[in-house]
Amino acid sequence: MVDIRYEIKYLSIHYQPNMPEIKIKVNGKSHLVNVDLETPLLWVLRDNLELTGTKYGCGIAQCGACTVHIDGQAVRSCVLPVSSVQFSEIVTIEGLSENCSHPVQLAWDALDVPQCGYCQSGQIMTAAALMKNNPKASEDDITNTMQGNICRCGTYHRIKEAIDLAFKMSK
Amino acid sequence: MKTQRRDFLKKTILGVGGLWIGFSEKTFGNFNGLNNTEGVLENNFLHISPENIITIWSPNPEIGQGIKTAFAVIVAEELDVDWEKVNVKQADLDTKKFERQLTGGSGAIKHSWERLRKAGASARYLLLEAASKKLNVPTSELKTIKGYVKHSSGKEFSYGELATLASEIKLPSNIPLKDKKDFKLIGSTIKSVDNNDVLTGKAIYGIDFKMPGMVYARLLRPKGFGQKLKTFDASEALKVSGVKEVFALGDKVAIIADSNFPLIKAAPLIKIEWSSPKELESDDAHNRIFTEIMQNGPFEVRRKDGDPEKAFKEASKVVEAEFQCPFLPHNPMEPMNFFADVSQNKARLVGPTQVPQAAQTQVSKLLNIPAENISVELTKMGGGFGRRLNNDYCLEAAELSAKINKPVKLLWTREDDMSGGIYRPAVRYKFRAALDKKGNITAYSLKGVGMNAGNATRQDNFPVGAVENVIVESADYKSDITTGPWRAPITNFLAYAEQAFLDEVAEAAGKDPIQMRLELLQKATNQPVGKITYEPKRFEEVIKTVAQRASWNRGKKGVFQGFSVYFSHNSYVAQIAEIEKVRKKAVLKKVYAVTDCGIVINQSGARNQVFGAIVDGMGHAMFGNLNFVNGEPMQKNYDTFRLIKYNEVPEIDAHFIDNGIDPTGLGEPALPPTGGALANAYYKATGKRLYKQPFVLEDQNFEEII
Repeated sequence: MVDIRYEIKYLSIHYQPNMPEIKIKVNGKSHLVNVDLETPLLWVLRDNLELTGTKYGCGIAQCGACTVHIDGQAVRSCVLPVSSVQFSEIVTIEGLSENCSHPVQLAWDALDVPQCGYCQSGQIMTAAALMKNNPKASEDDITNTMQGNICRCGTYHRIKEAIDLAFKMSK
Repeated sequence: MKTQRRDFLKKTILGVGGLWIGFSEKTFGNFNGLNNTEGVLENNFLHISPENIITIWSPNPEIGQGIKTAFAVIVAEELDVDWEKVNVKQADLDTKKFERQLTGGSGAIKHSWERLRKAGASARYLLLEAASKKLNVPTSELKTIKGYVKHSSGKEFSYGELATLASEIKLPSNIPLKDKKDFKLIGSTIKSVDNNDVLTGKAIYGIDFKMPGMVYARLLRPKGFGQKLKTFDASEALKVSGVKEVFALGDKVAIIADSNFPLIKAAPLIKIEWSSPKELESDDAHNRIFTEIMQNGPFEVRRKDGDPEKAFKEASKVVEAEFQCPFLPHNPMEPMNFFADVSQNKARLVGPTQVPQAAQTQVSKLLNIPAENISVELTKMGGGFGRRLNNDYCLEAAELSAKINKPVKLLWTREDDMSGGIYRPAVRYKFRAALDKKGNITAYSLKGVGMNAGNATRQDNFPVGAVENVIVESADYKSDITTGPWRAPITNFLAYAEQAFLDEVAEAAGKDPIQMRLELLQKATNQPVGKITYEPKRFEEVIKTVAQRASWNRGKKGVFQGFSVYFSHNSYVAQIAEIEKVRKKAVLKKVYAVTDCGIVINQSGARNQVFGAIVDGMGHAMFGNLNFVNGEPMQKNYDTFRLIKYNEVPEIDAHFIDNGIDPTGLGEPALPPTGGALANAYYKATGKRLYKQPFVLEDQNFEEII
């Protein structure tokens, strides 16, 4: 009697479509990648471009860990098919500044915000986009924007202080 | 093992005509004076190069609790170096150099406090002796300042310049440590050593680690706990670009691919049939089981003092309440994942685990490979919360790698993670208290029924020890739903139940809840009942301090306060939560927390832990829930499982008692009292007692206070 659990094995001898080539621009550089066009940008960044600063937290745009800038707007890259960004300027946490010098990064460091740090790329990218696009953001604006980024370690108080500090610093 | 190595070293050194440097096994490790051609001074925790570059190794796994920084601070303090110039590195698993290289129980600082101090102090001692020799002056004329030894004459040497000479000096068995009042780093505000890497996306977490030639893997586990794999059809899945193979691994279906996305795309295309060899679990079944066992047992008596049955019979008043909590996933932001490269008789393991030595031992056992041939490299971790005390995902990666003969990177998606078990157990508690005519508690009874909770009680916890007649009993139901330690295991819910119950007892007794605690603590001090596992004085201190800070009972207008206090993981935390009525609407405004964890190593890290634990405890008490239907958890991602958000946290006032006691732990202690303080404030504001978590399901109006 064959033990079905150990004997059934499928190999990918089936036909798999050739991966198309697509060009995307990330942090000012152009990259040519061979990927399934459905692949969310998050995975192209992480697996094809070795840019692992953008994180996977949920895959359904509920936690914000995957936030990048697409033409200056904060976007959740986990639900963004790579095909939709081939003409966009993509900026990830790695490209946010030279030497960790963005006001948001400086404020985050000054107030020692991160605990485990895993959500912080997303937090920083979301805050940075807000600062750029709404430099006169009210407290409500900030709250409405940041509440989409989850921090499991609970550093919310410091995130709030750091954003206030970053806004002050950039005036 | 240590003795063998020492003898080996002895032979080697004497063989090459060097000097033997003894070391005391009672300290921390040894200095590598032998064959010191590089001119360094080093031990297990630090390395000083001839160019005066100081490196400190931090051995314990870092999950966001700040231990990587805190450990290095302790070494640097005793060593007297310029903190700004220190390089702190994460050490990999090394069972010869380090003890207890794990993260759990809030125990790291307490365990390593003395050895870290000695590691730094020993090096400083040798450097002073070396300078003393070089200058031919007594060490009393020398000072160490930020990596330099300075003499009153003005002459100075860098540590690097003295390293070679220092490494040749014999270390005495007794090394003097700094006086606590001379601490410069310890107790100050220090930023995490990983900030730059984290803020620029350079930090490598387990999930980020990769190696050329590795394959990506995912395992599909039974939908419902208790189910087994029957059949599967992967023909459609195999057409997905990047998928290499699909096969069964025990009761799981493995997908192997060349990157992560195919693992996600292909999974729903695999038609899997799961069998149910027995009745699958559900919320209704759980409730029936809790009720049945609570009524009929069998219970194991965990503690008995006096004659509780008699005391309850003679009571003037009996207060009784039941509390219940659901199973909870840990949900660290970085889901489970691991890298394993298993070849003929060795394995390389890289990834996020709170227990790397256990990983080594367990993989050794699973694959029959000698432990010394298995290396474990510790990556940064996106949270742990106790989930990563269980190496199931590490073993899966190792098993896959061994099976397909390739390096494997295993990913658990968020859905895999949230539905994959190893949960905080579901528990039901029944409390009873007997009061005499004066409102004194004459008897206290607790029955805890857990599902895979082990001992669901903590039988020695206050107020036990302060009550004449006590009975604490536990019963455990063996569920198919797997469980594991979750931040402040058992007390993460027990404390809330206990503190909410005591609030109810205080009301029935006509006493102020804080006054009642202080009376009980007086009794525990003057006439303790049986074993006492806590220090009443330290309890009193945090209670009185939080009462003073929050102006308890001083009639703050429109403010409703709830009190709670707990001792866990060797630290004491008292909390007062405040709900304010703002234009007839009750709003959760503030939480005061006073902590006694002994000496605070890093003010910033410590505050992060208190704030974080309160947010964690609060969020899960209010929102955390898993429902089970046919053994399957209904919440699998953040669209249905609610984690507390940025806009849902109250103000927090955190204060530390400054008592100079040797440091204890802080990863967990601030969490347990949180739910109780919140529930007690809610009662004051609304008149409604909360008996179940999550609070938003227990009371439909609860949502409004957030």
